[in-house]
Amino acid sequence: MGSEIYLDNSSTTRQYDEVTSLMATIASTKYGNPSSLHTKGIEAERLVSASRETIADLLGVRPSEVYFTSGGTESNNLAIIGYLEANPRKGRHIITTSIEHPSVLEVFRHLGSRGWSVDFLDVDEKGRILTGQLEEKIRPDTALISIVLVNNETGTIQDIEEISSIRDSLNPQTVIHADAVQAFGKITLYPVRAGIDLMSVSSHKIHGPKGVGALYVSAKVRINPLFYGGGQETLLRSGTENVPGIAGFGLAASMTTEKIDESFRKAVGLRELLISELASSDISYCVNSPDDALPHIVNISFENVRAEVLLHHLEQRGIFVSTGSACSSHKKSRSHVLTAMGIAPELIDGAIRFSFSNQNTEDEIRLTVDALKDIIPVIDISRKKRPGRK
Amino acid sequence: MEKVILVRYGEIILKGLNRPMFEDRLIKNIKQSLYGLGKISVRRSQARIFIEPRQDDFDFENAVTRLVNVMGIISVSIVWKIKTDFEEIKKHSVEMVRNYMTKLNRHAAAKGPMRMKETSEASVGFKVEAKRGNKNFPIQSPEICRQLGGYLLKNVPGLKVDVHDPDFIFYVEVRDSTYIYCDIIPAFGGLPVGTSGKAMLLLSGGIDSPVAGWMMAKRGMELEAVHFHTYPYTSERAKDKVIALARILSRYCHRIRLHIVPFTEIQLDINDKCPEEHLTVLMRRAMMKISEKIAAENGAKALITGESLGQVASQTVEAIAVTNEAVRMPVFRPLIGMDKNEVIETARRIDTYETSILPYEDCCTVFVAKHPKTRPGLEEIKELEGRLSLDAMIERAIADTETVVIGE
Repeated sequence: MGSEIYLDNSSTTRQYDEVTSLMATIASTKYGNPSSLHTKGIEAERLVSASRETIADLLGVRPSEVYFTSGGTESNNLAIIGYLEANPRKGRHIITTSIEHPSVLEVFRHLGSRGWSVDFLDVDEKGRILTGQLEEKIRPDTALISIVLVNNETGTIQDIEEISSIRDSLNPQTVIHADAVQAFGKITLYPVRAGIDLMSVSSHKIHGPKGVGALYVSAKVRINPLFYGGGQETLLRSGTENVPGIAGFGLAASMTTEKIDESFRKAVGLRELLISELASSDISYCVNSPDDALPHIVNISFENVRAEVLLHHLEQRGIFVSTGSACSSHKKSRSHVLTAMGIAPELIDGAIRFSFSNQNTEDEIRLTVDALKDIIPVIDISRKKRPGRK
Repeated sequence: MEKVILVRYGEIILKGLNRPMFEDRLIKNIKQSLYGLGKISVRRSQARIFIEPRQDDFDFENAVTRLVNVMGIISVSIVWKIKTDFEEIKKHSVEMVRNYMTKLNRHAAAKGPMRMKETSEASVGFKVEAKRGNKNFPIQSPEICRQLGGYLLKNVPGLKVDVHDPDFIFYVEVRDSTYIYCDIIPAFGGLPVGTSGKAMLLLSGGIDSPVAGWMMAKRGMELEAVHFHTYPYTSERAKDKVIALARILSRYCHRIRLHIVPFTEIQLDINDKCPEEHLTVLMRRAMMKISEKIAAENGAKALITGESLGQVASQTVEAIAVTNEAVRMPVFRPLIGMDKNEVIETARRIDTYETSILPYEDCCTVFVAKHPKTRPGLEEIKELEGRLSLDAMIERAIADTETVVIGE
């Protein structure tokens, strides 16, 4: 790693070395197909089962309620489309928020174009949904509510227990899907206790391999598959299991969760340090993430700065951050999340997301702020307007 | 029977005493473009070129795909070379037309069930066109058409004669050998790359400059390209995008040397010391100066830009005059009279469009004034340039230029 400072852990993380070597061993020695009848197959099947048990255990659910997928996007698609397809009589109305990840937002837009009645809940300046609005929107024919537990751009945490109790009192038939991709491994999550029926998680956000994720499906809920074929994952997800990836996910999940409290405290420390260092500098900034957000994600707008220019200057010094959400930064549009929170367009243009993992250090934060102090005066777009120049 | 490729070339026939030079270059370019497809022999005969594979499994389709991108070629046909004997001609013609009909039906099927029905129920209109280069052959051209047409009509089901609006034409050329074919695949024409000298293309990541480069390659110019990179104000991906564009262009001109010039220092200095409304023209002048120097160092005799009159503020006649004054080398602006949609159409045709519209910004979009001056005065611009230590910065930029060879 040396001089790299990686502060983009909500985009993806560096895979644990232990996970990498486990996966390499499996790929070269336990390479069987879990569907095969012989011992090579059984050996592989056991790896998948063990990982399923690990994930189930961490979520406090039954192994039979955990389905492996290719990641967060597939889990989100499978939960929403799979549920609606399997339950056509539960109603034609669905609700989500205006700050979802594209893998939920686009599914809802697609369904909207196919005749579903779709509501996108507004958020307040902290990025929290307006519970009053949710109460107004829930109808007798509301089939599903999809909520992002932790927003990927600002770290805003939704009060899921309050949301599910509103659901319980207004329409207990409505299922709740939680997109827990950013929350998993960072805050302790028990879907049953929180009243969540479907929940998406991903491996590569917690130092596991890319291309693996899981969907929790409560035993009380029936969903249809997106893919048809060999009937793996109890018919819900056909296709030969990604055995090394699934095993790597299991290991990464237990390694991350083992240190969940320590990591949380560390993230709080890093966040406080970043903000206090900025506060004692000359840099003009404002923090877009609310105080009670997940500390691992800090979204900050720098005044008179174009975020992408700042990103490239930081990258030149080996510091990696993100502007808005990495998945949509190749589209030339302002973050839909920050826009929904009512942040001024000029500030959105200067918004940088710093996201931490347990592997970051306080020194890295200090070096980052030092770099910001050097870079920002140089790239300040208002500097030409200062007297004495021109 | 032998399957060969017939290549037709047009304009270079007019070149008088220089003609062998043009033809040799075309043959060289053809061989280069077909490199790796297998052993071939290339033969010139009566103002056309025949490509004869020297191995059985030669990939004709792939060869044709490559040949239609070779500048100077008007069109290409896959032809059967047979003995000049009327019985032989009849026999092979039937076989070829049968094959062709199967292909037509497959294409129609691919277009949908409606079309397939049309072609299978109604017959396919055709006519025969014959050329008799070999005057020893006893049957005259009109008679070849009549007799062969009748024979085909009788022996291939689903055909009908239609001399006014045929679905396809069956061509017979009777020479020492006889050549038969059904398809003439058009190419771009122009002149063989390398017969008009070399030019330096100012290649941004946009839609226009690759088209400008392609148009000059079509006129026989060998290309090198220069790109101005303003990292860390823009993404490394901007560079990858330009390399991808140069790679597409290299399909038409074999090889491009791409010079990537670090432009950040100059850009920032202009930005700091000069008023915003003049940024673009000052930047363009600096780019032209650098390009001219790199061109001279590499034997290029002209610059090529993608400017189109009036498209943006720096492309008014006044702005172009000021930009042009920065260099002495001729500047070719093949898009000058084209509309944006014509440029886009060409970009799609030459396959650069999808890459050009990738979002990664080049310097132009980061450092752009809200209201650039559309009629800059040369004196004023020169006075502003005086504030910069341009010569030293240009020298540093050229010294730090990275050169990538693309397309080999």
